[in-house]
Amino acid sequence: MNNEAIKDLLYRMADDALIIGHRNSEWTGIGPMLEEDLAFSSMSQDKIGHAQALYNILYTSFGEKNPDVLAFQREEKDFRSCQLVELPIGEYDFSLMRHFLFDHAEAIRYELLQASSFAPLAALAKKVRGEIRYHVMHADTFVKQLSAGTEEAKARMQSALNYAFPYALGIFEPSDYDAALIADGVFAGETKLQQLWLEKVTAIVTAAGLQMPAVDTTKAVYGGRKGYHSEHLKPLLAEMTEVTSIDPSAEW
Amino acid sequence: MSLDPRINRLDLKRVNDGEQTASHLVTWEVFHQEKRGKQPVHAGIVHASTPEQALMFAKEQFARRGKTANLWVVKTADVYTFNSEDEAIFETTPEKTFRDPAFYKVRERIEAFQAKNKL
Repeated sequence: MNNEAIKDLLYRMADDALIIGHRNSEWTGIGPMLEEDLAFSSMSQDKIGHAQALYNILYTSFGEKNPDVLAFQREEKDFRSCQLVELPIGEYDFSLMRHFLFDHAEAIRYELLQASSFAPLAALAKKVRGEIRYHVMHADTFVKQLSAGTEEAKARMQSALNYAFPYALGIFEPSDYDAALIADGVFAGETKLQQLWLEKVTAIVTAAGLQMPAVDTTKAVYGGRKGYHSEHLKPLLAEMTEVTSIDPSAEW
Repeated sequence: MSLDPRINRLDLKRVNDGEQTASHLVTWEVFHQEKRGKQPVHAGIVHASTPEQALMFAKEQFARRGKTANLWVVKTADVYTFNSEDEAIFETTPEKTFRDPAFYKVRERIEAFQAKNKL
């Protein structure tokens, strides 16, 4: 098996989970209503948990640094997360739409990984499937409901979708390692994932009465997977690593 | 309106047409079932506008810890109760201890049976 290819996949997944988990946790305490505040916070905790599990595979299977160091002591350019996850939370319509687009991709990714030839990843994929299933149900419920709401609600959901879509395509930024991952039976590859994702989200978006942006005329926002990020990641990392930068050995 | 400075919301006119207010968020009674086959037990309420949303919220509020097999949600408005002034109809029941299963000495008979049959 190609270790570099698996490591790259693990970093991409772990960094996505960590960054979106941190971003979504910014809603804690200021969510639109108490029940949703709890649900969204809880899901962001799940994401951080997924990141930890993935960093832990990097640590135990490949001798990378320990999960705390990987999460909190790397430079911006070392992060291989897509740019979608680092965007500021904006208003709730955007955060919900990002959650919808991202979590469907994640759900399908883990579903495919259940059959991975790399055992630790296949095991994790089975472990987290229930959590991710809930995340997707939550996202679908909101997209469906808000799109069927007032004209303003529908317009906001549509604008959020239009804005987030090019970034969402960045989740599937082609990787130099895709061929190796497919050949080794580790993962079906980003192209396949994007195709399955597009079918799934298009069906839900259309049923909700929104217009799906055309994929062929949309310029995907790439770069994140190679360490090129928007201006939003650096401040996020600065905030997230505030405590460890003061005292790297701090425990809490 | 959020007090958080990071959140800049649109300054939309509040129209009291029942949609711009929170009045569409009704309450739902949540019942928690620990195991398949066990009776669902009332756990509390959530605010939501549809049954699907109520289930989503109930999961995070009442199924965060311990075991859960399923959750039920019922619109509070669909629950019928007695008027509180009718509470008198229950007044004498605590005295009717003969209806209490403990009143019958079943336990003694079970123990005698078990002793006799060495169970």
